[in-house]
Amino acid sequence: MTIEQAIALAPAERAVNLIGSDLTEKSLKLHLEGLSGVDAVGLEQRAAGLGTRSIKTTSKAWALDTIIKLIDLTTLEGADTPGKVRSLAAKAMLPDPSDASTPRVAAVCVYGDMVPYAADALGSAWSNGSDNGINVAAVATAFPSGRSSLPIKIMDTKEAVANGADEIDMVIDRGAFLSGKYGVVFDQIVAVKEACRRDDGTYAHLKVILETGELNTYDNVRKASWLAILAGGDFIKTSTGKVAPAATLPVTLLMLEVVRDWHLLTGEKIGVKPAGGIRTSKDAIKYLVTVAETVGEEWLQPHLFRFGASSLLNDVLLQRQKLTTGHYSGPDYVTID
Amino acid sequence: MTENNKALTTKAPSFLDYAPAPESTSILHLKKHYGLFIDGEFVDGRGDAFTTISPATEKEIASISNANNADVDVAVAAARKAYDRTWSKLSGADRGKYLFRIARLVQERARELAVAESLDNGKPIKESRDVDVPLVAAWFFYYAGWADKLDYAGLGPNPQSLGVAAQVIPWNFPLLMLAWKIAPALAAGNTVVIKPAETTPLSAMIFAEILQQADLPKGVVNIVTGAGETGSALVNHPDVNKVAFTGSTGVGRAIAKSIAGSGKKVTLELGGKNANIVFDDAPMDQAIEGIVNGIFFNQGHVCCAGSRLLVQENVHDEVVDRLKARLSTLRMGDPLDKNTDIGAINSKAQLDRIRELSNVGEAEGAERWTAGCAIPENGFWFAPTIFTNVSTSSRIAREEVFGPVLSVLTFRTPAEAIAKANNTPYGLSAGIWSEKGSRVLAVADKLRAGVIWANTFNRFDPASPFGGYKESGYGREGGRHGLAAYLESAGWAAPAVTKGSKK
Repeated sequence: MTIEQAIALAPAERAVNLIGSDLTEKSLKLHLEGLSGVDAVGLEQRAAGLGTRSIKTTSKAWALDTIIKLIDLTTLEGADTPGKVRSLAAKAMLPDPSDASTPRVAAVCVYGDMVPYAADALGSAWSNGSDNGINVAAVATAFPSGRSSLPIKIMDTKEAVANGADEIDMVIDRGAFLSGKYGVVFDQIVAVKEACRRDDGTYAHLKVILETGELNTYDNVRKASWLAILAGGDFIKTSTGKVAPAATLPVTLLMLEVVRDWHLLTGEKIGVKPAGGIRTSKDAIKYLVTVAETVGEEWLQPHLFRFGASSLLNDVLLQRQKLTTGHYSGPDYVTID
Repeated sequence: MTENNKALTTKAPSFLDYAPAPESTSILHLKKHYGLFIDGEFVDGRGDAFTTISPATEKEIASISNANNADVDVAVAAARKAYDRTWSKLSGADRGKYLFRIARLVQERARELAVAESLDNGKPIKESRDVDVPLVAAWFFYYAGWADKLDYAGLGPNPQSLGVAAQVIPWNFPLLMLAWKIAPALAAGNTVVIKPAETTPLSAMIFAEILQQADLPKGVVNIVTGAGETGSALVNHPDVNKVAFTGSTGVGRAIAKSIAGSGKKVTLELGGKNANIVFDDAPMDQAIEGIVNGIFFNQGHVCCAGSRLLVQENVHDEVVDRLKARLSTLRMGDPLDKNTDIGAINSKAQLDRIRELSNVGEAEGAERWTAGCAIPENGFWFAPTIFTNVSTSSRIAREEVFGPVLSVLTFRTPAEAIAKANNTPYGLSAGIWSEKGSRVLAVADKLRAGVIWANTFNRFDPASPFGGYKESGYGREGGRHGLAAYLESAGWAAPAVTKGSKK
């Protein structure tokens, strides 16, 4: 099988090619358990080492702008209103009103029912399925717990896509995963991926949220990452942001290593999205370094790496202002939502 | 993994390259000339002064006094006087206070020491800052705690100090080796004359200032600088009771011969050609990091470096491919840049030796692969290098290169791995990589090496004894074993059993 063929294959077929024609619960389990183990101490040590890279002046300016371009500006509250979403969209388009050179964020991430308001508020800045502009990402599949039946998850997804979502952030069934029912998780991801199909045959991008805080072990994170990619996820994402710990550097490093291995095996490029808990530019820069030194700087693009964050943007803007003006301004010099 | 990994291995300008992040040297207040440190004062040496240079730029840093036999005599006499009159009479608790004070001053001046070390040695600042200096402080803190607890060191009650210790240390970890030597010696109540390596005396000179700051009684620690002759005069001095040496096996052997029969107690910490064993069930990503850390840490200038990689044959290609991809991300260059992973080779002489042995490796038919690091114009540099298709009889599989050169061999079964790992005249350290705990323990049990790391490499702790088998030397440093090397049992008799105590 050539690489081009592998990419063109539908998820289930791709998995069959990798595992063999007997793609069963058992063979999937054998495959996932055959993956190399993760030594927690070593992984955390490597992540800590990457965190000590020192970034100065010109690199920092580049890094700050890159972070902004990679942000999924997010509001996922039960109290979200159309007004709140409009305000978020406005900030996505013009993050720093005092500096027009500030880049736009990658996407706004909202609940499915808020997609029309987000798309409407973005107006001509909305990408609407094209490669340019700001995407609208919607969380679906009974986010954040994922505890509903598959038909409901599919409906949830279809509705968000019909509303205009460019990207779907789905959660995996952690209960099924932890009880070893990898086939159930696999099937659900495949089904949701199919639900991402639009009438014209194109697909909304599928981000698969592993909720690594609930998977608990690094070995589980590796298995879940591999499983999500095998089932056709375009992105693997750490967390919903509703469970602590959310994204951590070691977990993100581990997911990047999976993505790197998948690329070496198939030539295909999968995205990674750490979400939740990344609040400062300093932290975000550590993630950029980790991406650059694990999969390469090629991955520092919106279609391959995202930050899921709401408060990160303001810190980046303050740091950016510091670089241009030479002094720090207070939190009142950036907008609160 | 041939075509696909191009994106991962080809060098493109990185955002880490846009702006170098050099550590400022303004924190250093170096003198143009440093004398010897004898009896609490800096004095001039009688030999011709020599210059210490930065191996990364070949620029001169300072001129250093050369101690001749007469200087060594004075230093040993000062140490003897301090031993007789002051240090051996102090209580353990008081000795401990001085050691605690030294430890805290090392922490206070940590940045300065790290910069001096990287400047003089060529090692990356991130290693001197994050590994060397913190360990130096840890060593003094650890032995400070022992100073008043010698009765519990396992040598029976009231063990006795030896007297004057002559210590000769190498250039690979100048300050750390100084701490390994001085801290237990002082804790046990000995006084010290120490000779740092001629290419790296700088941090020892700053350490001498710290000793002055700590108000350490005069003569308790004396530092003589110079080359091999100074060291020879020191270890052969008749008024020395203990010799401690870290360095090459050749020199260690010469020392052992020259002091044989003198009654001097001796510890030698010598070379190694250490096996790093990777089983097919190893945590692969961490094993790759461990291999890198095992051999490329401190440019491979580590006596316990994992320079012989033993890989299970069925994962050999995968390991080598991943290793090459990983090495392509290593950054070689200015040791004072905080982002540098690989610094400079310490001296021209060492660089020549690494080149010579690498050429031998090629001539023997091994396959050489070198990471595509740009080599700076000045200074001494050797890019990380891997040799594959190495046979056990190859010189590069048997001789210590002491540089960033890794020899890769294969094995098929645990028994073969153990046999190959032990098939060396040395026995300092070994590494085992496997997710299976029972295998790790079973293999570790059969390896003849002083330190065995499981799923990690090059980790040091003051509480853990360190030392070798066979030609890697004798005696242990670190832990209470390291303390025992500086103590004599006072003669231990079993407590009399009385009738009353039998109940």
